[in-house]
Amino acid sequence: MDFNDYRSGAFHDELITASGRPRAAARVLWKYLKSLDRDELDERKAACEVAALVAGITFRVYFEDTGIDRAMPFDLIPRVIQKREWDRVAAGLQQRVRALNLFIDDLYNDQAIIHDGVVPAELIHGSVNFREQCRGFSPPLGIWAHVCGSDLVRDGDGTIYVLEDNLRIPSGVSYMLENRQVMKKVFPELFENSRIQPVDEYASQLFEMLASLSPRLAEHPGVVVLTPGAYNSAYFEHAYLAQQMGVELVEGRDLMVDDDDRVWMRTIGGLEPVDVIYRRIDDAFLDPEAFRPDSLLGVPGLMRAWRAGTVALANAPGAGVADDKVVYSWVPEIIRYYTGEAPLIANVPTFKCSDPDERAHVLAHLEELVVKPANESGGYGMLIGPRSTKKERAEFKRLIEADPRNYIAQPTLALSTCPTMVDGAVEPRHIDLRPFVLSGRQTWVTTGGLTRVAMKSGSLVVNSSQGGGSKDTWIIDTDRDQSNRKGGGA
Amino acid sequence: MMLSRLAEQLYWHGRYIERAEGLARLINVNAHLNLDLPDRIAPGWETLVRISGNAALFTELHGADTSERNVTRFLIADERNPDSIRSALELARENLRAARDLLPREVWEQMNRLYLDTRERINGTLSKRRRHEALNELILGSQLISGMLMGTMSHDHVYDFILIGRHLERADVTTRIVDVRADDLLPEDVEELLPFESIQWMSVLKSLTGYQMYRRHVRLRVNGPDVLKFLLTDRLFPRSVMYCLETLEVFLADLPGEDDGALRSTLALKRRLDHTRTAPLRGPALAAFIDEVQIELADIGRQIAATWFLEE
Repeated sequence: MDFNDYRSGAFHDELITASGRPRAAARVLWKYLKSLDRDELDERKAACEVAALVAGITFRVYFEDTGIDRAMPFDLIPRVIQKREWDRVAAGLQQRVRALNLFIDDLYNDQAIIHDGVVPAELIHGSVNFREQCRGFSPPLGIWAHVCGSDLVRDGDGTIYVLEDNLRIPSGVSYMLENRQVMKKVFPELFENSRIQPVDEYASQLFEMLASLSPRLAEHPGVVVLTPGAYNSAYFEHAYLAQQMGVELVEGRDLMVDDDDRVWMRTIGGLEPVDVIYRRIDDAFLDPEAFRPDSLLGVPGLMRAWRAGTVALANAPGAGVADDKVVYSWVPEIIRYYTGEAPLIANVPTFKCSDPDERAHVLAHLEELVVKPANESGGYGMLIGPRSTKKERAEFKRLIEADPRNYIAQPTLALSTCPTMVDGAVEPRHIDLRPFVLSGRQTWVTTGGLTRVAMKSGSLVVNSSQGGGSKDTWIIDTDRDQSNRKGGGA
Repeated sequence: MMLSRLAEQLYWHGRYIERAEGLARLINVNAHLNLDLPDRIAPGWETLVRISGNAALFTELHGADTSERNVTRFLIADERNPDSIRSALELARENLRAARDLLPREVWEQMNRLYLDTRERINGTLSKRRRHEALNELILGSQLISGMLMGTMSHDHVYDFILIGRHLERADVTTRIVDVRADDLLPEDVEELLPFESIQWMSVLKSLTGYQMYRRHVRLRVNGPDVLKFLLTDRLFPRSVMYCLETLEVFLADLPGEDDGALRSTLALKRRLDHTRTAPLRGPALAAFIDEVQIELADIGRQIAATWFLEE
């Protein structure tokens, strides 16, 4: 493979420096890739595709009604991060998720953070994800977001930022696990020669965490994964995780809640008790008694059972209150308030238009900023400064001044790149990273996470539903490499 | 431990794939009869509509026009017919979807291939030759799934429920195929028609791939009473009603639960077949007997659902 013409321009590249040399953690990989000729590379790329297909890494996209599973694009060049840097990021994520859980628990109970004047009361009143049904309740251990997937990006200056936190039902971890399996099959020699940290502990960590939530003292608590069904786009992951943990994959109709608020699963041998539900169904569809009465996916009475403490739900209903855009802008204050510590990992600098000084800054720099409304999602109602017209900016000036509390603004980010195979050549493509944080008695962070890559040149859209692909993510311990080296050879 | 929902889906997968295969066999036997017999006694196609159980829908769509083209199209490719081959295969596939991880991967792949290939083959107007080919491919494809299950799958409850579905449906299909013949009222005493009688029963046997087995085990000239006895009560031929019931008995006894209603109904129907002299049954008497067997098969199905499936 030829890196001579590889240039990532103004962007920070994860593997190659501006002068065209490999970064420390990527050195072994770089040497290896350079040693491969075109045929060897093609052979490995084909092997990757076959391995991915066989492993069933497929992202379900329906072509008419054929239901053919289309493989999610997988790029064979991994993304590499130094262990030293990753340890700092992981500590920051643990701190962040701990604080967010304390925040959610506080919001549904005493609301001390509001009474102490740290965040405004409007934060809750305006949130579409605040659930009245959860008021005055605290789940076991006070934990609401048991599985968190935070999206990290690296800006042009090399700093890693949290772009958003997904506290409801984050997905993608199965791709992280399967990508590693594929890479080990295709590049066994690399795994022998460099210190790539393993990732396969996830399923057992997830199971341990879920089992620890069981309200019933039982040697084998009844843990299940609750899926909306085989037509859901993430069904592959639901089935995969259930299989890896050795637990049942259930649909709403497989469960029932009895008059004593106990949850049971219907089997051919009769009813079996259920203690912990890893649910992959949105809040609104979880229980037709408590939320949408027209939901056919949920389990009538589930909220009753949850509040009675006979069953644990992961993530807890209502956890999503902490992942909207305005709450995001307050996370640094939230971390300081609950932990008494400074945040270890940064938010993307965010201006709150409710603050007069920050508003003035936003209004003066509209053509450089991205302005987002608080309660819209999916990119609606946004102003992308550098691509906006004078008229649009004038319109947003008016909107912000009319309702400052409803807007935040962020600088446009220069997402980092990673070398990616495109038609046999290697080109820079933008990437992000989604690590997963598990919270039970302990907080545990995946080693790396799922690296998503925008396969189109210049594109910043990494979502799999829009043609984004993924890469394996290597956390490499170069410190240990050096201390263990006995001289000679690399 | 097995979820009731999955048990139910696997059972219906078994029933629908067997239903598709059975329909293909039914259409083939009727086509043969029409070719082999003189026009004045040929059965035509109207019988198949009646036997398929969707006569009202057919009349709504085609009136009284039971031409070969209309009937075969209705039974093979019409999406509006919930029991057409196309609909049955689709349901066989959809019922397997959520349970696919419980089976060898190749089974799901073969189910997909069978559905997509068949849909392709039965698209558009079918010449007799192409129709015959498409139906034979379908029968082979269904047999391939049977073989995969038998040869590569642990014989656990997952397997039990598929096989229960298949054997219950298979027993039903065999009674329907006998029905095709029963419907045809040959005057008994017309000497000149006797050679045709033998031809007709041969076709019935062939449609169930049972001709050779009949010759080896019954060793008699192909004649109505013996074929009937063979198809209803033979204990070795895997498509006879008795064989299907004995298989059901073994699988049902293996399932958990106190309620043995399905098992008791199966045993009762077996006793009934044992004690009925099927050989002399002809015409309306045969049709009436077949009706009763079908009702009892449906009752076994209801008992299975009540005992092991999700109650609605």
